[in-house]
Amino acid sequence: MPVPDSPDRGSLRRWFRLLPVVPSILLLVLFMLAPVAWSFYASFTDAALSGRAALNPQWIGLDNYVRMLTDSVFPLSAWLTVVFVGASAILGQNALGLVIALLMTKSGGATASLVGTAVVAAWVLPEIVAAFAAYAYFSQDGTLNQLLGMFGVHGANWLYAFPLAAIILANVWRGTAFSMLVYRAALSQVPRDVSEAALMDGARGWQRLAFITLPIIRGSIATNLMLITLQTLAVFTLIWVMTAGGPSNASTTLPVLAYQEAFKLGDIGYGTAIASVLILIGMVFGTVYVRLFRRVNP
Amino acid sequence: MRRLARIGAALLGVVGLLASAACSTPSQANDKRTIKIVYQKTDSFTALDKVFTDAKREFEAANAGVTVDLQPIQANDDDYGTKLALAQRSPDTAPDVFYEDTFKVRSDVDAGYLLKLDGQLATWDEWSKFNEGAKAAGRGDDGGIYAIPLGTDTRAIWYNKTVLQKAGIPLPWQPKTWDDILTAARKMKAAESGIVPFNMYAGKATGEGTVMQSFYELLYGTGSSLYSENDKKWVLGSKGFTDSLQFLKTLYDEKLAVTPAEALDSNVWKKVFGEWLPKGKMGATVEGSYTPSFWQKGGSYEWAGYAQDMAVAKFPTQFGQDPGGVSMSGGWTLAVGAKTKSPDLAFKFLTTAVNKKNALAFDVNNSQIAVRTDVASDPVYQAANPFVKDVSDLVAVTHYRPATADYPKISLAVQQATEAVITGKQSPAEAAAEYDASVKKLVGDAKVIQK
Repeated sequence: MPVPDSPDRGSLRRWFRLLPVVPSILLLVLFMLAPVAWSFYASFTDAALSGRAALNPQWIGLDNYVRMLTDSVFPLSAWLTVVFVGASAILGQNALGLVIALLMTKSGGATASLVGTAVVAAWVLPEIVAAFAAYAYFSQDGTLNQLLGMFGVHGANWLYAFPLAAIILANVWRGTAFSMLVYRAALSQVPRDVSEAALMDGARGWQRLAFITLPIIRGSIATNLMLITLQTLAVFTLIWVMTAGGPSNASTTLPVLAYQEAFKLGDIGYGTAIASVLILIGMVFGTVYVRLFRRVNP
Repeated sequence: MRRLARIGAALLGVVGLLASAACSTPSQANDKRTIKIVYQKTDSFTALDKVFTDAKREFEAANAGVTVDLQPIQANDDDYGTKLALAQRSPDTAPDVFYEDTFKVRSDVDAGYLLKLDGQLATWDEWSKFNEGAKAAGRGDDGGIYAIPLGTDTRAIWYNKTVLQKAGIPLPWQPKTWDDILTAARKMKAAESGIVPFNMYAGKATGEGTVMQSFYELLYGTGSSLYSENDKKWVLGSKGFTDSLQFLKTLYDEKLAVTPAEALDSNVWKKVFGEWLPKGKMGATVEGSYTPSFWQKGGSYEWAGYAQDMAVAKFPTQFGQDPGGVSMSGGWTLAVGAKTKSPDLAFKFLTTAVNKKNALAFDVNNSQIAVRTDVASDPVYQAANPFVKDVSDLVAVTHYRPATADYPKISLAVQQATEAVITGKQSPAEAAAEYDASVKKLVGDAKVIQK
């Protein structure tokens, strides 16, 4: 390591302060950035798991991206991804998490901790366990249909008849705890006096929520939306275990499609191209959130 | 800028440290040689694991200083193929000897994963004991041999005699046409509600099972085929393709097969073997010659009564036209990795694994059709289960998949078409048209032919 001849104390100290984070930066570059870069590169080739293209992948330019436009599954899959993220993350987890957090601040300690435990229970399960639990719940002879059976109702085969709704509900169930925790923390930071002042001015409950509470926790909303959107975009295990993308691609979101193309069909090039589009969609969501919420907190 | 430069210098320093650390790890003296064996093992497929465990003991005893490293992959056929292909991509992870599906041989030869064995085979006297037809399974496009077959299989109708008897169908049952199947299935349904009269797989969930144990029995019985070996082109627009889809639609629409929802569960075959057939809840299904391996002693769904209750029938052609029956064959091989450091040792191990004793054990335990003539004539093999003769006779009417590099994608397009039809998403004609369009897109206009 080159040490400057005339030691500049200040910069040396800063330099030492950086040292502890260097390994993590290095690991990030090595294990996050490098695969992303490779995947982006591979999306311009015909890389494959078998056949001639596995030996010598050829540069094929934008062919993989052009193919998406003519592919009958890709547009459906992109649409399903947007619906899945919109319904299960932005509407489901986010709104439900906020509502539960608000109700918990109003309710007593025992109720709050009981509800909190129930909600967080789904979240602490490893993804594969949660996925099997959801499968066992929705499947033909599953818990839901047994419960319905007790009331004499013959339930449908949910995973087959309503695959998208089933995975959306499962993801809401699994992910709401995260939003709830974020909002619990955010709501505890809302100063009581502001709320009380509004109450004195005659603001109703919903008015206080809309004009006082929500604007104050705006930053937390933005962060939460960003995190759960990116998490939900990447959901794979849950869907793969519950429906494997079926029936007839009715629940094939982009991560499932990318996996199928790359590993089931061995078309690494096309699979990585889909993955690249997924990253782009994530960036679009991210940019929108940053823009939406920056206005207020300049 | 200076700050950036400093970060850069810091990164470089750490890289240097890591690199020097990596260099200083003591490199072990390699006087002991290791060969790595990769193969498939599941809860219902342990026959190969047993063969390799025995072969390892045998080989290590005969070759001092050599370690055989067995690395079974616990996965279904599809995932096994994927994991194997991923391991092949780097010399560090590539196996020396591995278990390879016949239909992937040519494609993987193109990918440079398999070592050509012609040189070694010339000096191996047991090679002449292999059935000539079976040898072709390991042949690459250049005519060289790249893989040694372990066993082959055929497909037939497996039916439960008690269910057919209840429906008043005379035994032994041998349908002559597709209509005979439908007639019998309708009788079974009328005789006993709540059973599955005649199941055929469909949809993507059962993967190759959908095509090998269902669709191709139909398609190859119409006089049409998937691929024209003469023209080296994929066949599109055939009436046989639409008719085959229509037959599946009839089976599923009339509820003669399992429900579409059950068909799209990738574990449906476990219920067929483990539950429906043994319990008399299913009349018949189309399955492979390896079927008894599930039921015999030590199998995953042991069923002592299978020899009495079950019987085999040939799958008929559409209208009973020649040759009067259809079957499909696949099978698995052993191959030597192209990236191996000790090709001779690897080949030597391979020959141990397929020697008469091990091949016999594998063929018996896994209900395979023997590819070694000395195994085929062995009394132990012939008495392995009551159906050895029935399924071996089907070799006369069997077909093989077109094992080109494009095949896996085409197969998926076929599975997609069956799924669209049984779920009612598309009519047979629409599904066939979409199949034609996707094949054209996959292989290009130059490699298809209208028939």
